[in-house]
Amino acid sequence: MISRRDFVIAAMAAGALASGDRGAFAQAARLGKMMQDDILRFDPVGTLTILHTTDLHAQLEPIYFREPSLNIGVGEARGLPPHLVDEAFLAYFKVPAGGADAYSLTSLDFDALARTYGRMGGVDRLATLVKAIRASRGAGNVLLLDGGDGLQGSWSSLQSRGGDMARVFAALGADAMVGHFEFTYGADRVKEIMDAAPYAFLAQNIRSLEWQEPVFEGRKMFERGGAKVTVIGQAFPRTPISNPRWMIPDWEFGLREEDMQKQVEAARAEGADVVVLLSHNGFDVDRKLAARVKGIDVILTGHTHDAMPKPILVGSTILIATGSHGKFLSRLDLEIKDRKVAGFRYGLLPVLSDAIAPDPEMAALVRELRAPYAADLARVAGHAESLLYRRGNFNGTFDDMICQAMLAERDAEIALSPGFRWGGTLLPGDPITFEAIANATAITYPACYRNTMTGQQLKDVLEDVADNIFNPDPYFQGGGDMVRVGGMGYAIDVSQPVGRRISDMVHLKSGKPIEASKSYAVAGWASVNQGVEGPPIWELVEKHVAATKAVKIEPTSFVKVTGA
Amino acid sequence: MQLRSWTPSRREIMEVGLASVLAAALAPRLAMATEETVAAELKKLYGDKPMAGGKIKLDLPEIAENGLVVPLNVDVESPMTEQDYVKAVHVFADGNPLPQVVTYRFTPQSGKAAASVRMRLAQTQNVIAVAEMSNGALHTAKAQVKVTIGGCGG
Repeated sequence: MISRRDFVIAAMAAGALASGDRGAFAQAARLGKMMQDDILRFDPVGTLTILHTTDLHAQLEPIYFREPSLNIGVGEARGLPPHLVDEAFLAYFKVPAGGADAYSLTSLDFDALARTYGRMGGVDRLATLVKAIRASRGAGNVLLLDGGDGLQGSWSSLQSRGGDMARVFAALGADAMVGHFEFTYGADRVKEIMDAAPYAFLAQNIRSLEWQEPVFEGRKMFERGGAKVTVIGQAFPRTPISNPRWMIPDWEFGLREEDMQKQVEAARAEGADVVVLLSHNGFDVDRKLAARVKGIDVILTGHTHDAMPKPILVGSTILIATGSHGKFLSRLDLEIKDRKVAGFRYGLLPVLSDAIAPDPEMAALVRELRAPYAADLARVAGHAESLLYRRGNFNGTFDDMICQAMLAERDAEIALSPGFRWGGTLLPGDPITFEAIANATAITYPACYRNTMTGQQLKDVLEDVADNIFNPDPYFQGGGDMVRVGGMGYAIDVSQPVGRRISDMVHLKSGKPIEASKSYAVAGWASVNQGVEGPPIWELVEKHVAATKAVKIEPTSFVKVTGA
Repeated sequence: MQLRSWTPSRREIMEVGLASVLAAALAPRLAMATEETVAAELKKLYGDKPMAGGKIKLDLPEIAENGLVVPLNVDVESPMTEQDYVKAVHVFADGNPLPQVVTYRFTPQSGKAAASVRMRLAQTQNVIAVAEMSNGALHTAKAQVKVTIGGCGG
């Protein structure tokens, strides 16, 4: 077995070959050696280690990803993590300001800290961490679980219909996975990929519509670290509502809380020492579920992209939140005594790409997977003159750019852009490549439509989406952040019930109030309806950026939020 | 007027279903039932007789994946003997143009008081079940089902 020191040296040597730039490498390696060890330093507990990745959104290479500066919690989640951002987040988790942790976990001083600490993620860096932990802990003691949304979110994943990431997860040695955007490749493709995959695809909550039979395995037992570990999988329960149902017409989803309880009981009856829920429910849903379904030891949460440096405990259930885009790897060590969890230690490992030597095999695979699209990925449309980011409850500057593109290129009065949580961040001065545009738009239903909608219809849409985020009962929430709007301002009181949250809708260009009965030209994309016509959104955005050249968008205030 | 109570045939369900789809298509602003409409229907059936909670298990999605066919399973706890059985279960939807969804009638020979149906829900609303037991006792259960326009998730 190679020693830790040998491993670090081997990894550095491989990095040298890959980089080709000796001076830059030597400097990075000094930083890398120190920091890679820092990132991996962990005082082990017990015999079992669970590693968790989630919501990679097909990011093969390191990117910038700014965490939200607004994340409103409602109902019982009000003021609780993950609904704490920036200073409140740092205070709650006792994270010092200004360092690598604050950089990776908040939006504070993002531009400056990004230049200091660099991009995050990259599956070759992730592979280095996973291999190092397997080497130090013993491969038979480690379980690697992915929480879904791994196969979608980039140009290469879209072109290969998830095939590139399926190979990455196989190369990482993933043991099990769950799904959400995976289903937007259609039922047949999901089946094709998962039937061929060396890892289990688990979904206790998907049934055939007609016969109510399970479509996928609900759980799987693994023997690791001398323990029997059962992993129950939960697909995103609202997939047929938030994403096109016509792509998975024969499947029914849902939370299926009672079936979940039965899965837990069946797992225990089969002799499970540890029951893990690998979930794409979203954090608030899992927090509620943890209090209602008995006997789950660990919930590996996903979907809502929250990254938390400490676990949240609900009773004796441990909730882990690993963030998104490959920024983090979660390590959870469990001590099992008398067939029960007797102790644990947790670490949220930041995947700081400049500090971690790329794994040579994974780096080679990434090069191979990206090669067919190299020319498209590298094409530069313009450059950013301000920070372009997406994540947050309401409009971000990247989506403002997309909305401006739709208003201009589709000659619309109002633009609607989906509240996706995925997509990278560009720093001022960064080129806006086709890859960066695809990272925020690569879906299988990209058509940018142009319709007329009445003011009443627009309000109904805003109210409907707002209730998917701000319904005080997490079981009635579904989907992403608030729909982004261009050309229109509005006020929202998140404390109100559905139908009463939205007011003061105004057409920004004319300054006139939106009238309920008047019709407006509306452009939008990512409609869940079948047969939507229009050019793919990335084409429109690239065209608009090419015409604009320098994109400067400051955060705007045309959405007035109260009641938080 | 007495509320029409029947055990519907498949064909009748189809007709009711089609009628409501057509009604919705022709008149999108058709008057919807309310909680009061349902309360009035129940009053016609059972007067002011008190209703208890418990015994009824309503299995419904929290959010409908397709408002046109929302699955409902209803299951009433009962030994189903000659001495103690469930006589009828009425299901109402308080936000549909026609609030009566279905009525099931049972006998001890039914073995169990359980049934499944798929219904159309025009909007977010409550689904209410009322079970009439052989000793005359009434039980009720209610669950909200959210019907969305469909949106942008991720």
